[in-house]
Amino acid sequence: MKLLEFLKRERKKSASVAKERLQIIVAHQRSQRGQPDYMPLLERELLEVIRRYVHVDDDAIQISLDSEDNCSVLELNVTLPKS
Amino acid sequence: MAKIIVVTSGKGGVGKTTSAAAISTGLALRGKKTVVIDFDVGLRNLDLIMGCERRVVYDLVNVIQGEAGLNQALIRDKRVENLFILPASQTRDKDALTQEGVEKILEQLKGDFDYILCDSPAGIERGAQLAMYYADEAIVVTNPEVSSVRDSDRILGLLGSKTQRAEQGLEPVKEHLLITRYNPARVTSGDMLTLDDIREILAIDLLGLIPESEAVLRASNQGVPVTHDGSSDAGQAYTDTVSRLLGEEMPLRFHEIQRKGLLSRMFGGSRR
Repeated sequence: MKLLEFLKRERKKSASVAKERLQIIVAHQRSQRGQPDYMPLLERELLEVIRRYVHVDDDAIQISLDSEDNCSVLELNVTLPKS
Repeated sequence: MAKIIVVTSGKGGVGKTTSAAAISTGLALRGKKTVVIDFDVGLRNLDLIMGCERRVVYDLVNVIQGEAGLNQALIRDKRVENLFILPASQTRDKDALTQEGVEKILEQLKGDFDYILCDSPAGIERGAQLAMYYADEAIVVTNPEVSSVRDSDRILGLLGSKTQRAEQGLEPVKEHLLITRYNPARVTSGDMLTLDDIREILAIDLLGLIPESEAVLRASNQGVPVTHDGSSDAGQAYTDTVSRLLGEEMPLRFHEIQRKGLLSRMFGGSRR
């Protein structure tokens, strides 16, 4: 039976793996486009500061910078774990 | 007024210089007065691909630093009329290239030429940014391979933010995709990203598709841009690419496995 399964199993073509991986990484790259160069570092340091007080996951923090007419708004969203 | 086109990619070794040489040759063959500038300061190679390495006297940095006039540094191509090469310098000083210097040279060239091609160095450092800064159009050279596609996307980000057109809020740099080293057999077997995969991910207009071809190495060995090899697949693909750059509609070729005729199967002969 195992042998039959082995034969039936279709190997995923490497090109489609490449495409999936690229779609994810490119979407991530594009979300960071246009933001100031200091943003990744700012995000990391903010995360470190928060972690001194609460333990949060890497993806618990969302940061975005929006510019309006004459000011920029830095929006910070942190999901805290249930205490 | 000349159109300034940067040939760029982010990743190294994907065929920027080969493409810059082939496309500038193609443009000149079509009667357009063309100059191709090597921006890869420290690692000059365009002169070798164009076959004029022994005729380099002055270079880009000499002109910027006022040690030579532009006309002294420009090398006239031996094979095609209307084609000139401005070689890069071999200096290791990374700051030898200045933005003002580049601007001055491009302004001077603009009046005399139809097309100015800037052959960018790899990477996203100063040299690459200077090569793209004044561009009107960009040819993004991409291999059907993950790191090349990812780097091309990074370059597209820079074209949209770190160019004169972006900074001054002018019409954005026109972006063209040039896929090189495409191997239809491997695409068919599922081990190479397809043309449509790459177009879908990068979402820019396809300017051309150059198949992986033995003619490319042969051309660089001889210092004769592959466009001159009209019997080769790559040479023809570059000629098509140039036609599209000039606004002509050309059907895509060489993206499917080519069936060998009975004669070539019988008598062998390698892929052209």
